Amino acid sequence: MKAPVISSWFGKTQIEAPADIESAALRSDRFRLEREGDWRRLEEILKRMERGGLRRVSDEDLLALPTLYRTAASSLSVARETSLDASTLRYLESLVQRAWFQVYGPRQGFGGWLRSFLFGGWSRAVREIWLEICIALAVMVAGTVVGWLLVVQDREWYFRLVPTQFLDTRVPGASREVLQESLAVEQDASGLSVFAASLFSNNAGVAILAFALGFAFGIPSLMLLVHNMAVLGAMLWLFAGQGLTVEFAAWLSVHGTTELFAILLSGAAGLHIGRSMAFPGQRSVLTAAAESGRRGAAVMAGVVLMMVVAAILEAFPRQLVGGMEDRFLIGGTMLALWLAYFFAYRPKNIEDTA
Amino acid sequence: MSAAAGSYQYVNKRQRTLVTPEGISVPIVVASRGSRVGALVLDFVLLYVGLTIFVLLMGWIAGGLFDEIADGMEESVSGAGEFIVIVFILILFLARYGYFLAFELGPRGATLGKRATGIRIAARDGGRLTAEAVLARNLLRDIELFMPLVFLIFAPTGEMGNAGLAGLAWFMVFMAFPFFNKDALRAGDVIAGTWVVEAPRTKLAEALSTQGAARGQSGVTGARYEFGDEELSVYGEHELQTLEQVLRDGRGEAISAVHATICGKIGWDPGTGDERAFLEAFYAQLRAKLENDMRFGKRKQNKFA
Repeated sequence: MKAPVISSWFGKTQIEAPADIESAALRSDRFRLEREGDWRRLEEILKRMERGGLRRVSDEDLLALPTLYRTAASSLSVARETSLDASTLRYLESLVQRAWFQVYGPRQGFGGWLRSFLFGGWSRAVREIWLEICIALAVMVAGTVVGWLLVVQDREWYFRLVPTQFLDTRVPGASREVLQESLAVEQDASGLSVFAASLFSNNAGVAILAFALGFAFGIPSLMLLVHNMAVLGAMLWLFAGQGLTVEFAAWLSVHGTTELFAILLSGAAGLHIGRSMAFPGQRSVLTAAAESGRRGAAVMAGVVLMMVVAAILEAFPRQLVGGMEDRFLIGGTMLALWLAYFFAYRPKNIEDTA
Repeated sequence: MSAAAGSYQYVNKRQRTLVTPEGISVPIVVASRGSRVGALVLDFVLLYVGLTIFVLLMGWIAGGLFDEIADGMEESVSGAGEFIVIVFILILFLARYGYFLAFELGPRGATLGKRATGIRIAARDGGRLTAEAVLARNLLRDIELFMPLVFLIFAPTGEMGNAGLAGLAWFMVFMAFPFFNKDALRAGDVIAGTWVVEAPRTKLAEALSTQGAARGQSGVTGARYEFGDEELSVYGEHELQTLEQVLRDGRGEAISAVHATICGKIGWDPGTGDERAFLEAFYAQLRAKLENDMRFGKRKQNKFA
């Protein structure tokens, strides 16, 4: 990296005039000196774009960019055939490459991406993986059933399935009152926001893992789903044993509809990658993986957002809202909102995502 | 095989040509695995130092609150303490996932570590680098790096038993992924359709044929060096470009050594005092001859050709 020159701190640097063209003894150097001004202008524009986006570049320069890029590219191919000046060739190669990166750089800033993502891009990506969503849903239901059946057969399974930090009062053999207590509301809201933040960090990590594991043909993603849902199945069995099924469902539904939906989506996105790599069809495996990976990444960006919502719901309304109907109302509304957003909300495809 | 020839071949092995959508071929060099590891280490050092400074700063600003949090973790914590804990958790999350994302989405397409080692990410198909692609390649960092490291630390202790060892082997496959394909793609690159390439920022050097004795006369002695056809035909393109490097570097002992070698080769009597002018003239005339031949489709790679 070069040290900053004082003159470059004050606006445009003057592009120095090339040495007297006629004085060059070689034809290839005359070729270079004739075009040097264009190259330096392109380099100047690129430098400003690399430093801080498009705002620093004037309209005039921006309009000239594609032409300058093509000029530099054609200079490069001519120079390769006529010049043996290694340093000029190296310079041109790096210049063309840099120009290419800027001409084909990200077209929209983060704000623009977020807007197109929220207003259409996200729900479209979710709809595109509907098949995987169905498979993942089936797997999750199966996982819950498996968890339930395992615990019915042998109580010891409960301790193996439910992680230790869950082991407060909710253990097999606990009385109805104790279990009911664990579903009750907190007295005040202090400490709950910390709870929410750590929940978010933890759950988003799990979701990202479920997605990332899809790379191994999706199998580990499914295993992760089964394992997580088996925990739920085991707890369901525990509460059902004391006749608290509906209360438990209400307690869970507040954040569960959002959180389980997010986990479903991340598993499905992982599965989507795995499936397209195992069965790429007409495309090459790498192309198929790249296409599905980008689609999956869009779904995952949304999953992280859903996890934020779920964590807030889990920490505040679930712990503070007591009534069963209220809890069902919150959970049901969230589920309806998500479903409507993903499957009913279909804005016209304004921005091409290709 | 000499070391120089080896490195020359190695560069060629990583050389790719990328065809842009409008059909211009751009030469591109896949970044070496070494520079990528270097960039990663640099990034982590930066993250670590940044977080440490952040923690120290927070401790300095809100030292009293930390004691309170430590004392009453389970009990009620005041609003300010709660806020600080939340900020901590979120900052850690952002550091883990946001740092790479934010920098790679920028116009340079590279984290600070990548910038320092002169590499960047690019779309493999020559198209646009999209936000989704950057997201996808960074989401997979979890299973490629963090998980293997966790298993590396815990599996040998035997705490997790055979499952830990199996997990270690499983995740090592991901970690070793870049070493088993020619483009050094990691799993995240495969998913995102990206690769990591060198991003050289070269400056345009002066044209050598406009300076000094290349134009005819030596500035020191006023001598005019003229070389005949057979004197110029002893060398090829490789030697020409080596000579160019020597002239651009301008180191005295290298210049006199090269001067002596060339004089010996073409049978001139090596004088002293005017080496640079001699080399400049030789360079300009050799290049004129080779470039002239080039226009007629005759190329001479090196002195053996």
